[in-house]
Amino acid sequence: MAETETLSAPLPIIDIRNVSKTFWLGEQKIEALSGANLEIRKGEFICLIGASGCGKSTLLRIMAGFEQPSSGEALMWGKPITEPGPSRGMVFQDYALFPWLTVRNNIAFGPKSQGRSTGEVKDICDRFIEMVGLQKFANAYPHQLSGGMRQRVAIARVLANDAELVLMDEPFGALDAMTRERLQDELLEIWERTKLTVVFVTHAIEEAIFLADRVVVMSPGPGRIDSDNRLTLPRPRDVASPEFNEIRRDLSARLHSHHGKKAA
Amino acid sequence: MVDVTSSAPAAETAPPRKASLPYLGKAGDFALAMIVPGLLLLLWYVATTQRWTRLIPTPAETAEYMVDFAFGGIYDDAFSATLHIHLIASMSRVYGGFLLAAMVALPLGLLIGRIPLARKTLDPFFQLMRPIPVTAWLPLSMILFGLGAKSAFSLVFLGAFYPILLNTIFGVKNVDPKLFEAASMLGCRGNAQFFRVVLPAALPSIFTGLRLGLGLAWFVIVVGEMTGVPQGLGAVIMDGRTLSRTELVICGMIIIGIVGYLSDRIVMMIGNHLLRWSPTHHG
Repeated sequence: MAETETLSAPLPIIDIRNVSKTFWLGEQKIEALSGANLEIRKGEFICLIGASGCGKSTLLRIMAGFEQPSSGEALMWGKPITEPGPSRGMVFQDYALFPWLTVRNNIAFGPKSQGRSTGEVKDICDRFIEMVGLQKFANAYPHQLSGGMRQRVAIARVLANDAELVLMDEPFGALDAMTRERLQDELLEIWERTKLTVVFVTHAIEEAIFLADRVVVMSPGPGRIDSDNRLTLPRPRDVASPEFNEIRRDLSARLHSHHGKKAA
Repeated sequence: MVDVTSSAPAAETAPPRKASLPYLGKAGDFALAMIVPGLLLLLWYVATTQRWTRLIPTPAETAEYMVDFAFGGIYDDAFSATLHIHLIASMSRVYGGFLLAAMVALPLGLLIGRIPLARKTLDPFFQLMRPIPVTAWLPLSMILFGLGAKSAFSLVFLGAFYPILLNTIFGVKNVDPKLFEAASMLGCRGNAQFFRVVLPAALPSIFTGLRLGLGLAWFVIVVGEMTGVPQGLGAVIMDGRTLSRTELVICGMIIIGIVGYLSDRIVMMIGNHLLRWSPTHHG
């Protein structure tokens, strides 16, 4: 559970208050998320981690505005999140790029939707194509790119749209290990440079410890938040260090504790 | 970040396209494609010169007649040097009927695919009408539109209509839901999504429908021109049958085949250009 803040604390960018979400699968009621509480401060890098069915994706989709809570409140800057919007950009695991648009035009999609002028759109695109290092591929179509390059486009697309909050749903899950590590480094670099707030869903403990300020551990049946762990490990983090391993062991134990409970 | 990516290893770039085996080049492809037609021509030649049948002219006779049909100067009968007249008559019906079918089927398909009320009202009707073959409409269309060009036109329209309609509905209904989410989080919501997401996403299916529709338009033109029109390739074939002039029938068939093929290639070329973004849409 997030530590209690004093009244004088500034408004959190995201405030999840006692949020539950139930789905109906025919006659069967599924409790995807039960009584979740989470406060996220501007500039934080949060990782949501847990086994499948723990509600981490549901929580992310509620923050994005794709889903509405069944009960409780999801607030951004104190206002309820009612629909998806440009301030909250989502990066999907399967990229969800527009296949008929080039890299440049995928990135231009958001700024164009907001009615920016042609000149502005061009400047924005140039800047973010450069940020993700795809200058040579600006006029390529998504199917011509590798998975890692596609995910870079997806990240640039969200950043080009002035998103303050970037929501990432297992974004590197489909990538090979090397590409994945490089994109993790690049993501951290962008995050440090742009002072973004990132909520990152993953099922890989190591990835979470490498990236996050706070690792939020969730557990299934019904989906709920188990623990909220602030990491003070200095950056850049060394995955081979004893400190890193200690945290990994600790989080791993928390992650697997509910398996025992379930089996009993 | 720029530094990191500029030194990206080859593994990160898209893999090179696999070459098809064995690769013989364009001339080789052409030679392979000519094997079956060549054998068929040989069979035709042998069958007619060996007198297996007396009702079918030899390839040489047919070729000679084809020249007369196109340019005249050999037989100088009622059909000499009339190819262009019949060809233009048929093409105007094929493309006219096809364009009209596209103009009606595309908006209808978009409507049925996107709006549940339209789907519930119209879809059952079209599903019910669809199994009726175009040829079965022939007597009715002759009553409704009379003997002549209008009737042929209406049959071509019917033939092209269903593939365009059904493929448009399919394309519009099967847009990846993730793309709607992506568009809405980028600030493109509601009706704006129609032009920026639905239409481009459905384009490959729409194109398949148009291509099938045009193919079927050529397919039904012979039936359409059975309704008593004086001109058209279908009319030539029907006249050839009643006059027992088999060479005329074969000439008409060959020309429909060639023109239909060329027309399909043109559509494919336009499609390949418009759909160059699609990895699965190349022919």
